Amino acid sequence: MAKGEIVLGCLAPHPPHVVYAENPEQNEAFAEGGWETLRWGYNRLARKLKSIDYDAMVIFTPHWQTYIGTHFLGLPKFKSKSVDPVFPNLFRFNYDISVDVELAEKMCEVAGESGIVTKMMRNPDFRIDYGTITSCHMLNPEWDKPLVTISSNRNAHYYSPEVMNEQASALGDACAKAIQESGKRVVLISSHSLSHRHFVTESPLPEDMSREHIYNHSQYVWDMKLVDLMRDGKMKEVIDIMPEFTEQTIAETEAGGLTWMMAAMGYPEYPAEIYGYQSVIGTGNLIAAWDPLEATREIVL
Amino acid sequence: MSDPEILFGIYCPPHPQPLLTPEASEGYGRLRDAFETCRKRIEESEADLILVYSTTWPSIIGHQIQGHPEPEWVHVDDDFHYLGSMPYKFKMDTEFAEKFRECAESRGLQSRTVAYDGFPIDTGSIVALKLLNPDNKIPACIVSSNMYANRAETIVLGKSARDAIASQGKKAVVVVVSSLSNRMFTEHIEPAEDRIHSAKDDEWNKKILEFFGDGRLEDLSQLSREIHGQIRVQKVVAYKPAWWMSATMGQHNNYTGEVLSYEALHGSGGAVVVLTPSKGSVGDKEFDEDDVEHYHGDRGVLDAGSL
Ligand SMILES: [Fe+2]
Repeated sequence: MAKGEIVLGCLAPHPPHVVYAENPEQNEAFAEGGWETLRWGYNRLARKLKSIDYDAMVIFTPHWQTYIGTHFLGLPKFKSKSVDPVFPNLFRFNYDISVDVELAEKMCEVAGESGIVTKMMRNPDFRIDYGTITSCHMLNPEWDKPLVTISSNRNAHYYSPEVMNEQASALGDACAKAIQESGKRVVLISSHSLSHRHFVTESPLPEDMSREHIYNHSQYVWDMKLVDLMRDGKMKEVIDIMPEFTEQTIAETEAGGLTWMMAAMGYPEYPAEIYGYQSVIGTGNLIAAWDPLEATREIVL
Repeated sequence: MSDPEILFGIYCPPHPQPLLTPEASEGYGRLRDAFETCRKRIEESEADLILVYSTTWPSIIGHQIQGHPEPEWVHVDDDFHYLGSMPYKFKMDTEFAEKFRECAESRGLQSRTVAYDGFPIDTGSIVALKLLNPDNKIPACIVSSNMYANRAETIVLGKSARDAIASQGKKAVVVVVSSLSNRMFTEHIEPAEDRIHSAKDDEWNKKILEFFGDGRLEDLSQLSREIHGQIRVQKVVAYKPAWWMSATMGQHNNYTGEVLSYEALHGSGGAVVVLTPSKGSVGDKEFDEDDVEHYHGDRGVLDAGSL
């Protein structure tokens, strides 16, 4: 069996607003559009993914929060409706997803061997979180690839962002090893915003783009600092300043997604592909991808 | 407006063990018994509303109030999915929900009711309502806990609940769903070996329960920031349940307190407490936290400082 590999890593923010604005048939709410910078960026990245041969998507989500270890989806099918608890007016999505249970079990096993507390999730009534659905829908609206969702263990809450960084990178190492041993070609998805302070009010028409802007300039400056480092291929430095960035901007990186993905990819020293940056209800959202293959790596924006 | 009629208040934990696996340990069983005692008390009372404030329902856009008349789903907990599913169908007082929203808005808060099929009601609210009101004999209302809200906003939210109860002439039982210390073990444990995560957490929990037992609710409200720093994992900005409970039930210490049970729930502190309004005060002290009637939003100190 050939060695498995990570064929692309995607930073894929999941404000449900982008799915809402796309008006897919699975979502009950109707929008007049909005957040085009993000949606068009997503559309372009989805086209790139169409040109890549891969077996499964593995996604790390902040909206399946666990405190007792890291959990993995462990049943082949989940079909139900996901309603966003925070924005139920925007996101009521009927989903029908397939899970690569074999890959999930392999990652769970290797992570366990490396000392990480793990658990397979085998309850058929379990509802898939809206982070997983939003990122996966925007990257693959056809839903024709199996996925694995990994829960986010909240070390930043229990200890500190530094501990989160260490634990998430250990998990990334373990997942990379499991993927290699699986022989599969895998797309990694780190599902989250960068700066993450929300407005606590919503305009009467949520997609009214005349009302949309970053929460404050400090959040913007930090987000841009990260984008610059990503463009320069300095991912080790990004992860090194992650604890400070996370604290300063209440960033959604606190769940550990970016650290996990960068560790799994060996902290790329090549430039990230930048697909778009836009605020959603005050938070800073970046779509980016890391393509290990120099021949297909692009300067997108 | 006249004072609202609040028959009693219940403080209870959000974890699913007392609902799903009460037989797994003696402690979980004792918590279940305490819920059962509360259920009987509610049934024997003249309550026509159960109002729930749940710390496991976080919101961002202001304060969300469940407005679906009959929310129904099969819920599964993020961590404790292996303990089983929680099917539920509740009866909500939608007129009260609308009134509560209106009262919250009139005190300057952002608020909205949510009424969507399949809305994910949180584990804590489900555990409380299934155990305290299993046959839906009494209509209920659930309000969220805003992630960013701090003391002023939470106190004003409680006062809005008071306004709504008074204006509708309800006889309410107030339920606060929250653990005490909330640090769980981060690995699997055998239920029979469950214990409070640390001696420090246990000591603080017992101190809090001493206050509850003495009916000193406003004293606990005044101590909230200290409690947050000492025994709360920093998931949100503050420990808010005592602020909301005191502002809703009445900001004083004139309660008869009963601690029905105190047990570990995967390391965190779970207690079932009943507070009944009474005459005469125990342990009054000078309250040094400011009281607040109306929420005016952020105070814009940065703008003021740049003048
Ligand atoms: Fe999120």
